[in-house]
Amino acid sequence: MWLYVIKRLLQGIVTVWFIATATFFAMHNVPGDPLLNDRAVTEAIRANLEAKYGLDQPIGTQYLIYLRNLSQGDFGISFTQENREVNDIIREHFPVSAILGILAVVFAAAGGVLFGALTALYRNRLPDYIIMFLVILGISVPSFVVAALSQLTLVTLNSAVGTTVLPVAGWGTILHMLVPAMVLGLGTMAYLTRLMRSSMLEVISSDFVRTAKSKGVPPARIFAKHQLRNAILPVITVLGPAIAAITTGGFVVELVFAIPGLGRYFVQAVQQLDYTVIMGTTVFYGAFLVFMVIVVDVLYGFIDPRVRLE
Amino acid sequence: MNEASTTSITTDDSFTTSAGKQLGLYTLYALLGLAALIYMLSVAAGNTGSDTSGGAISVERNSITITLREEPPQLDAGRATDASSFVVLAHVMEGLIGYDDNDQLIPGVAERWEIREDGATFWLRDDAMWSDGQPVTAHDFEFGWKRVLDPATAAEYSFIMYSIKNAEAINQGELPKEMLAVTATTDKILDIEFERPTPYFDKLVAFNTFFPLREDFYESTNGRYGADADMMLYNGPYVVEEWVHGSTMLWTKNPYYWSDEKGFLDEIVTAYITQDVNAKLNLFKDGQIVDTHLVAPMLPTAMEQRWQIDRVMDGTVFFLEFNHREDRVTDNLNFRKALQLAQDPTELVYKVLKEAGYLPAESLFPVWIQGVEDVFRKEYPPQEHQMNLTLAREHLEMARRELGLEEFPPIIFLSGDTPVSLLAAEYYQELYRQNLGLEIRIDAQIFKQRLAKMTSGDFDIVLAGWGPDYFDALTFGDLFASWNLNNRGRYDSEEMDRQVRIAQSELDPRKRMDAFGEIQRIVYDDVIVIPMYERGWSFVVDPRLKGFKRRSVGPETDYNYAYIDVSGN
Repeated sequence: MWLYVIKRLLQGIVTVWFIATATFFAMHNVPGDPLLNDRAVTEAIRANLEAKYGLDQPIGTQYLIYLRNLSQGDFGISFTQENREVNDIIREHFPVSAILGILAVVFAAAGGVLFGALTALYRNRLPDYIIMFLVILGISVPSFVVAALSQLTLVTLNSAVGTTVLPVAGWGTILHMLVPAMVLGLGTMAYLTRLMRSSMLEVISSDFVRTAKSKGVPPARIFAKHQLRNAILPVITVLGPAIAAITTGGFVVELVFAIPGLGRYFVQAVQQLDYTVIMGTTVFYGAFLVFMVIVVDVLYGFIDPRVRLE
Repeated sequence: MNEASTTSITTDDSFTTSAGKQLGLYTLYALLGLAALIYMLSVAAGNTGSDTSGGAISVERNSITITLREEPPQLDAGRATDASSFVVLAHVMEGLIGYDDNDQLIPGVAERWEIREDGATFWLRDDAMWSDGQPVTAHDFEFGWKRVLDPATAAEYSFIMYSIKNAEAINQGELPKEMLAVTATTDKILDIEFERPTPYFDKLVAFNTFFPLREDFYESTNGRYGADADMMLYNGPYVVEEWVHGSTMLWTKNPYYWSDEKGFLDEIVTAYITQDVNAKLNLFKDGQIVDTHLVAPMLPTAMEQRWQIDRVMDGTVFFLEFNHREDRVTDNLNFRKALQLAQDPTELVYKVLKEAGYLPAESLFPVWIQGVEDVFRKEYPPQEHQMNLTLAREHLEMARRELGLEEFPPIIFLSGDTPVSLLAAEYYQELYRQNLGLEIRIDAQIFKQRLAKMTSGDFDIVLAGWGPDYFDALTFGDLFASWNLNNRGRYDSEEMDRQVRIAQSELDPRKRMDAFGEIQRIVYDDVIVIPMYERGWSFVVDPRLKGFKRRSVGPETDYNYAYIDVSGN
C-alpha cells in the first residue's frame, strides 16, 4: 500500500516535470513579446528590462535556471505585477479559489449523488423527468450565461426586497460565496447526476441486489449498503479531476462576481505573456491535478475493498 | 448508460418508499454537513478579503465605494505604466504641478515655477508633507528622477524625462546618474537644465513619472517599494491604508495633506476589481458603487432607471495606421489616397459602432487639445474630408500602374480582439471590397501579439489608437517623427521631422502651434493614417456624489474633488 503511494508520487513528479518543460518551451514559442507595452521603449531600456528578467540569456540557460529555482520552490517575480513574487500570488489567491472550489464541489457531489439516486429510484416518473430536464439545461448552458443571469436575479431580488439580501459581487463573507459556488458547481452537479443515475440503474438490476431482496434484507439497508455504496464508485472516480477542474476553472465566475481568485491570474497571464506567472500557475495547477488523481486512486482502496493497491 | 437492462426489474412501490425515506435522511445529513462546511469556509475566507458590503455611499463614515479596472501591478510612480495605477497614484501622490477640475494647471508641491529657454526652477511650498509628517523637499524630486533614469530601474516611461540635460545618456548607461542636470539648490528650490528648449515642461511634470520619492524610505523597503500599502510613502490627499491584493483597497484622508481644496472624503474603498461592464452595472444598480461607465446596449436600461447620463472624451484617438515600409503596397501614396477617399468615419461611428460618446475623428489631434488662446481645432480647422469614390478609383488605378501590378494582393489588416475593433475591422473589410474591389484579410490578435506584429512591421494596415500622456498637443504631434519608436508604421519624411522639431523647442506659442497645424496637414495630405474615431465614455454617477470627474488626460476617474451631498440639489 505505502509502496504503491510512493510509486504513484514519484510518477507524479515526473509528470509535473514534463508539464513544466512542455509549458516552458511552448510559452517561449508563442508569438508576441512579454516586454512589449503600449509605449515603445528604446534599445537601452529594453536591454535593462531583459537583464532584469533574465531574458538576455540563451533559452537553454533560462530553462536550467528555471528548473533550479523550481526545485527550490521559487517561481520568480511576475512580469506584470512587478514587485510580487509568483509564490505570493499563489499563496494569496489560491485559497480563495480553493474555498470557492470546495464549496462548489460539495454542492456538486452532494447534489449529484442525491439527485442521481432520486431519479434512479423514481425512474420514468415525474421527479425523474423534471430533474433530468434540469440536468440537460445544467450541462448545456455555459457558466458565463448562468453567472450573468444569477447576478441579474440577485439585483432584481435585492431591489424587490429593498435591501441587500445577497451581495451582487465581491468577496469576504459567507453570503458572497453561496451564489458563485452554486454557479461554479452547477455543470459538474448535472454531470454527476447523470452518472449517478445510470450507475444506480445498473446496480439495481445486479444479482447481489436480487439476492439481498430475496434474503429479506430491509429495503432501506439494501438501498444504502448494496445499491448506493456500489453505485457511487464511478462518481468518486471523476470527482478527483472534477475538483481540480472546478478549482482551476473558475475564471468566468471569478470575473463576473469580482472574486480575487487565482483563475483570473492564470488567464490574464497567458494573455499578457507574463512568463513567470504562466509557469507558476500551470505547474501549480498541474501538480494539484496530479495530486488529486493520486488521492482518488488511494481512496478507492478504502471505499471498495475489491480494489487492491499493490 | 445501458438502461435497457433496467426494464427487467418490476417497480416495487414499498421498496421505493422506504428507500426514499432513507434518501431523505441522507439529504438532511448532507444539508447539515453543508451548513457546517459553509460556516468553516466563511471563517477561512475572512483572511482572504475584507467585508465590502458597505454600499456605494456611507454618509456617517463619509465614505464611498468604487471599482478599479485592474489590480495595480505596483504603485511605484516612477515605473507605473497602466491606467489603474494612474488612478490610484493621482489620489495618493502629488507632483510639482497638478490639474484642477477644469484641466487647468495648478500649483501642487511647487508653489510657483519658471520655465526658461535653457532650464526651469520650481519653488516648493513649506507645508507639503509626507504621510509620516516630514516635509517634501527638492531632494525627494532629485532622488526620484535620478532613480527613474537609472538603467537598473528599467522604467518604461523614462523617455518622458529626456528633455532634461544628460537624461538620455544616463538612461542608456553612458553617463552616471549623478550627471543628471537636476539640482536641489536648497530644500525648497529645484533647478533643472534642459537638453533642448522645452516650453511644455510644466505640463510634463504633472505626469506620474515625475512624482517625488524620499531616499531614506526608499532604501528601507529593500527593493519592494510600491508593492504593499506599508511599502509606500504618500504625499497626496489620500493614503493607501490597506491593500488586499487582487481584492480591495482602502484609501483614507491624509492628515498631513496641505490643501483643503482636495480630499473631502474620509474613506474611499476600492471594493471590486473587475473589467466586466455588466457586473459593474449590476453593482451600480444594487447601490454598491458610486459610478460606472456604460456601453451602447446598456443605454435603454439607464434611461429606464432615469439615471443622469454624462459623457466625456476618453482622450484616445483611433486610426487606421499604414505600414510605410518599402516592400508594402501601403507605401504607395496613391494607394493610401484611394483608401482615404473611399471612406467616411461618420458612417462607422454613427451607423456601425453606435457607441454613445464616440466622435468621428477628423484629425490626429482630438477635439479637446488646446491651441494658443482657444481650442486647437478651432484655431487650426482640420482638412475638409469628402468621400469621393470616382476619385478614389482613379488613385487606385494610378497606384496599380505605379506598382506594376496586375491585381492588388490581399491587404493584411491587423486588429485587436475587442468587440469594437473587430466590428470596425469587418466594416472596413466590406467597405473596401464594395467600393474598391480590394480583398482585405483581417488578422485579429490579442494585445501583446498585435504589438509584436506592429513592431516588426507584419501588417499592411493596423487598427491602432493613441492616448495622451500630458496636456499638450505634442503628446500626439511627435508620433510620426522618424525617430519616434511608437511610429510603428515607420513613416519617414524630412518635412514632418522638421515640423516636430519646431513643435518641441519653439518658444513662441504662435509659431509652435503653426507647426502643429502643419503636422495636422501633413498627416492628411500624406495619408499617414486615416483617423477613425475619438473614444468617449457614457457614465453614470450616484446623484449624492458631487465633484466627481472623468478625465481625458491623467487619471481616468478622479475623486480628488468629490464630496457627498445628500441635500438633493
